[in-house]
Amino acid sequence: MNLGSIALRNLRRRKTKAIFILVGLMVGVSAVVTFCTLVKAITEDIAHKLDEYGANILIVPQTQNLSLTYGGLSLGGVLFEMAEIKQADLEKIKSIKNAANIAAVGPLVLGVVDVANTKVLLAGIDFKAIQYLRPWWTYQGTLPDKEGLMVGAEAAKALGIKKGEYLKVNGETMAVTGILNSTGSQDDQIIFTPLKKAQSILKKEGRISMAEVAALCAGCPIEEMVRQISAILPGAKVMAVKQVVKSRLEALSHFQKAAYVFSALVVLVGALVVLVTMMGSVKERTAEIGIFRAMGFRSKHIMQIILSEAGIISVVAGVLGFFTGLGAAQAVLPFFTSSYHVSLPIDPLLAGLALAMAITLGLGASYYPARWAANLDPHEALRAL
Amino acid sequence: MQGENLLKQYGQGESAVLAVKGISFLIKSGEWLAIMGESGSGKSTLLSIMGAMNSPTQGKYWVDQIDVYSLGNEERADFRRQYLGFVFQNFYLVSYLTLLENVMLPLAPIGIKRKEKRNLAQEALWRVGLDGQSHRLPNQISGGEQQRVALARAIVNHPPILLADEPTGNLDTKNSLEIINLLQKLNGEGMTIIMVTHNFGYAQFAGRILKLADGLLVEEIKNDGQKFSGQKI
Repeated sequence: MNLGSIALRNLRRRKTKAIFILVGLMVGVSAVVTFCTLVKAITEDIAHKLDEYGANILIVPQTQNLSLTYGGLSLGGVLFEMAEIKQADLEKIKSIKNAANIAAVGPLVLGVVDVANTKVLLAGIDFKAIQYLRPWWTYQGTLPDKEGLMVGAEAAKALGIKKGEYLKVNGETMAVTGILNSTGSQDDQIIFTPLKKAQSILKKEGRISMAEVAALCAGCPIEEMVRQISAILPGAKVMAVKQVVKSRLEALSHFQKAAYVFSALVVLVGALVVLVTMMGSVKERTAEIGIFRAMGFRSKHIMQIILSEAGIISVVAGVLGFFTGLGAAQAVLPFFTSSYHVSLPIDPLLAGLALAMAITLGLGASYYPARWAANLDPHEALRAL
Repeated sequence: MQGENLLKQYGQGESAVLAVKGISFLIKSGEWLAIMGESGSGKSTLLSIMGAMNSPTQGKYWVDQIDVYSLGNEERADFRRQYLGFVFQNFYLVSYLTLLENVMLPLAPIGIKRKEKRNLAQEALWRVGLDGQSHRLPNQISGGEQQRVALARAIVNHPPILLADEPTGNLDTKNSLEIINLLQKLNGEGMTIIMVTHNFGYAQFAGRILKLADGLLVEEIKNDGQKFSGQKI
């Protein structure tokens, strides 16, 4: 029999109160774990989506006078009839310091072509990079292999063309292998063909009008990457799709702040539950504590008993709260993101923090009741009965 | 044990109550003293002062030449642990601990080995005749047995002084006599016993009886085993 075993025996005897304190602490810990996990998972998800989002660095010639939008955001312009970049120069991008952060580089050549007596914008792109550069694309039919056409939804409507039909582009007959579903972007008005074919039609072999770089990921120094690409392509203007990153991160920041405030409130309520329950428990045990004091227990012994009880519950609450929080995060994650790839691995640091928080909270909230019990006058405690 | 002009006042001003009004006493080591008196006579207050649990408003109290109330709270707790054992009318056993664990309680803050604590507790239970029931809980035994466990708890660390507040107050005659017999045995082994009781029959087992009334020591009766000699104070 020692002070620790007295604490354990009391917890076993007062199961309901112990469970109440446990739940109070657990809710606080699990709320924090849930929010921290969610924030982390959503941050990773955003990073992943940003990677998937496609081009987020644009390389255009220095001369520019045609307004161009990308994802609904103004991104400067390109004078496609006058200035081009040498396609071979794009190879240099692979040599920049942050080359490892580049998912894909998509050269793009633009030119106006004549299709059924209508001037249409033709874009030559690398369809192999399309999953990185235009991951949102959906279409009917197939992507062109070497010579076919992928026609934007609006363009197809205007030209009255369907997949499997043929179009005469600058007098050259080409099969329409696919029709792009409406994207809401300028892609809807463009007809796409593989880069080499477009360069051939537009007589721009070895030259491109612009390039798209899919480079964003969590923590990527995007501005630094822009600077690095600018340095190796002095004739080009390199721009980051800042708005996309900024707005996403701002939204995350708002969520983070709200999550922290809510966590703090839950933790505060948890602490109050512990304080009130512990105080009630200690008051219920006035006689017992009076006896302990009469038998020669020092104040520190009484505190040790009460805080040991709180400590035991806190450790259990920390462990359970961590796993409950992870489970809760897993359960609510689909409401915050539609991604299925987001994993919620056990983060040892978060687990440690959850445990430390539970112990700090449990002991902190129990300190006053423990102090109250330790200061009980044995005579008064026994007389009060 | 020596008390000098002990006075205890509860409350302040008009609501102040003097529970003990200047009592002095001298109790020799190995003596059995009974304190008697009506309810509210101050006998329990006096016992709590003797138990180092209730600071007197005035007066001095020494045990073994230690000025008990000059000690700080924590040192007084140590003093109680080393010098005193308590038995209460309501037993005050801890309901969630077995009889053995209850008896081991006073040893809990002491840094001795678990096995040694267990041996001491088993020995104490054996002395009160309950060594075969150590695993039971307090609510599984009778009131008389509970008081014997409380007595075992009071003597487990071999204190020189035992303070018993109405130890037979909640017991029938048979169980009361068993407790008195145990106290007699302990006293015979040299333990100083201070017992508060209403019952003169049980008080007669003590070597000396102090009678209190309205906070004052009014009579001292000595019992030399043959006859009682009373002295009005």
